[in-house]
Amino acid sequence: MRRDVMRPGMDRRTLLKASLLAGGGLMLEATIPFKADAAVSGTAGAGDARLSAFVAIAPDNRVTIVAKNPEIGQGIKTMLPMLVAEELDADWSKVVITQADADAALYGEQFAGGSLSTPMNWMPMRQTGAAARAMLIQAAAKKWGVEPGRLRTEKSRIIDPQTKRELTYGQVASDAAKLTPPDPKRLTLKSPEKYTIIGRPTVGVDSHRIVKGEPIYGLDTRLPGMLYAAYETAPAFGGRLKNADVEATKAAPGVRHVIPITGDGDYDAGLADGVAIVASNWWLANQARSKLKLDWDLSAGRGHSSDAYQAKAEAFLDGADKGADIRRDGNPSAKMASAAKKVAARYSYPFIAHAPMEPQNCTALFKDGAIEIWAPAQAPQDGKTAVAKMLGLPEEKVTVHITRMGGGFGRRLMNDYMIQAAAIAKRLPGTPIQLIWSREDDTKRDYYRPGGWHAFEAGLNAEGKLIAFQDHFVTFGDGKNVTRGGDLGAHHLPAGLVDDLALTRSMIPTVVNTGWLRAPSSNALSFAFQSFLDEVAEAGGTDLPALMLTLLGERRVILPPGQRPTPFDTGRARDVIEKVVAMSGWQNRQKQEGRGLGFAFYFSHSGYFAEVVDASVTKPSKIQVHKVWVAGDVGSQIINPMGAENQVRGGVIDGIAQAIAGQAIEFVDGAVQQSNFHNFPLARMPVTPEIEIAWVRSDNPPTGLGEPALPPVIPAVANAIYAATGQRVRSLPVKLASA
Amino acid sequence: MVYQLNINGTVREVDAPENMPLLWVLRQELDLVGTKFGCGAGLCGACTVHVDGKARRSCQMPVGSVGAQKITTIEQIGATEIGAKLQEAWLQVDVMQCGYCQAGQIMSATALLNAAPKPTVAQIHQAMAGNICRCACYNRIAEAIQIAAGMPQETQDAA
Repeated sequence: MRRDVMRPGMDRRTLLKASLLAGGGLMLEATIPFKADAAVSGTAGAGDARLSAFVAIAPDNRVTIVAKNPEIGQGIKTMLPMLVAEELDADWSKVVITQADADAALYGEQFAGGSLSTPMNWMPMRQTGAAARAMLIQAAAKKWGVEPGRLRTEKSRIIDPQTKRELTYGQVASDAAKLTPPDPKRLTLKSPEKYTIIGRPTVGVDSHRIVKGEPIYGLDTRLPGMLYAAYETAPAFGGRLKNADVEATKAAPGVRHVIPITGDGDYDAGLADGVAIVASNWWLANQARSKLKLDWDLSAGRGHSSDAYQAKAEAFLDGADKGADIRRDGNPSAKMASAAKKVAARYSYPFIAHAPMEPQNCTALFKDGAIEIWAPAQAPQDGKTAVAKMLGLPEEKVTVHITRMGGGFGRRLMNDYMIQAAAIAKRLPGTPIQLIWSREDDTKRDYYRPGGWHAFEAGLNAEGKLIAFQDHFVTFGDGKNVTRGGDLGAHHLPAGLVDDLALTRSMIPTVVNTGWLRAPSSNALSFAFQSFLDEVAEAGGTDLPALMLTLLGERRVILPPGQRPTPFDTGRARDVIEKVVAMSGWQNRQKQEGRGLGFAFYFSHSGYFAEVVDASVTKPSKIQVHKVWVAGDVGSQIINPMGAENQVRGGVIDGIAQAIAGQAIEFVDGAVQQSNFHNFPLARMPVTPEIEIAWVRSDNPPTGLGEPALPPVIPAVANAIYAATGQRVRSLPVKLASA
Repeated sequence: MVYQLNINGTVREVDAPENMPLLWVLRQELDLVGTKFGCGAGLCGACTVHVDGKARRSCQMPVGSVGAQKITTIEQIGATEIGAKLQEAWLQVDVMQCGYCQAGQIMSATALLNAAPKPTVAQIHQAMAGNICRCACYNRIAEAIQIAAGMPQETQDAA
């Protein structure tokens, strides 16, 4: 049975356009309209959308494939061209990959988010390659005067097996350009056993340049006459600039311009008030910040402190009002009252930052009423629109080049730094400006994963079966809308698996910017729900994998209530759970002082992942993760195993760091208290466990891997710590009572 | 101040304040952008260069303190035997995800193998602990170092 989330494929609405390349050769452009489903990490709305694919074959047999999506380390610049090249039967070693600019008119959707690039592009990219191949074969058949059906292709060559004649793609590319593209419906795609590129471990297309330190990142952009900018903003969220004395700054070494900028008052995703310092060297600009004398109105942030948020959350959880219903099935309170046993616990997690290695930066040149931008941006089209709006320019006067990014993790879905760079460049026409944030800026001006609190209650019957479930969730929002990245969906497990269930929500207003962090919502909810269910399992006399299998029940597809991106297949969930239980030796685990195994399952971004963590806790409270077993189902095909395994390992270690490294962003009156890696620590090599991965292949189209391996490892670590110490971990980051 | 710096075997002249970190001299005065800016505080290792063969954080080294010491950056490390072996090993296992920190990782790894040609796992962890990889490619970084050192490593291929 084949099912899909969002599988745009070619149909009669698809446009295939062939044209002659300048200098000869074939250019094939495919435009594929599709219905966009919701929830693209917020970047692309629901409705009609479009994808385009470009492939060009030059007379010298060089195949060029346009990589249209932003590369943040998820490997998309390698993977999408692999799909085209496979069906084209191109010689991969000679394929040239070029990075597209941000251009909705040309390329349709271009973003890196939601692990969506794989499911969205799996069909159309392969179909584009197949269409180009069919045209090349047709051109060769015409040239030789034979039936196209008898020809085969291999490594950018067309072969006539009967005459042993060969032509390169380049030799017929110009002829192919004159043909009418084939009817997409009549294209047949390869069966997987014929793959020579898909499924083969493939080195990243930029890797050879990276190891030599070649300039490919946003921060490596250099233009003649370029100056560097630092941008001082308010020390607390919501701050407005009242007065700026910049005379001393102007006199600082290397400083060329000091420009106070009044923003649009929309600190969140708009242009923040600030002072730009432009110098011949960024370090000089940044040094000169200390000479600014700025008067800020910080009243908006007053009271927005971590302690105050905590107190408000506790008041909500203690109160009689359990908030607004997200979902209510059956009669949970009545069922709870009838339960033989009850389990109740509160869980919480902090705000955390994205902290990509490359600090936010953007280069912009405003000249002759148009602006050209070089941006490390995950949603560059959104940035282009925002810059056009801010500068009052038509979008065609805004050019955005997409650079490779030193990590994204969702941070670069927001374009605040692009807007700032454009605002500064606009004020210095003709001079290229590179805006660079310091690490401190990056830590203090993030769009954080919001914190949250949960009061769970579970009711079990006399046989230990879970019969009632309640969660009162406290998140951030204006009372009507939940803040970005802080939502709990009505579909969240165990919803749909327990007849009497209530998920309710209260909101705390905040001035803090929040956003989407790798596996948004899931990275927090997985911890709370799967850790609490571990408690429920124990109370019911079982363990979490067994409880999950009981709850999941028979193999079936549960459809979402209302709008939900993906149906949930309990069979696929069962398979990964059973796989990880088997591979980790879960059933034979021994009770051992100070060391234990923890399990968790999570479904996000269409991926099914079950993970087991082996961790030890030594006095005084040092946690070491020794090994992680991962069983994941992301469909029938791992497109690039080399990249796929890296995504899983990276996600697992990222999650371990969120659990135990001590990551938390705290506020005092709207001001962030953390600043750099000493007080917002990331994973370092010594924390790295052995990671064993098993792909559970199912007959489903492939889905993305940037995110879904991360969420389950966090509760698996928490549950392993409980197994090792008997101490429940109910808040993050893990702080153990010293043994 | 005008300084004569010995960088990658060439003497380069630069006019900069003496307290400007070597990182910003390399990146913005000398156009050598392979050395990366990550934290500016000596916490992440992205800016690692070699100073007379030893791994140093260029963001913490004022240009005025360099003197006649020989600076080697990622752009030139492939000209050394160990550097070239490491670059090759990095590609063999395709270490990188975003790749941004990898210049610093390779510089630290080269310094490690210069000092300890057959490092233990504990030595690798210790020598590399100062280099953050936010994408957490640590398993493969360790594997690549072992390959370059000609040591057997356990493969971690997925089933």
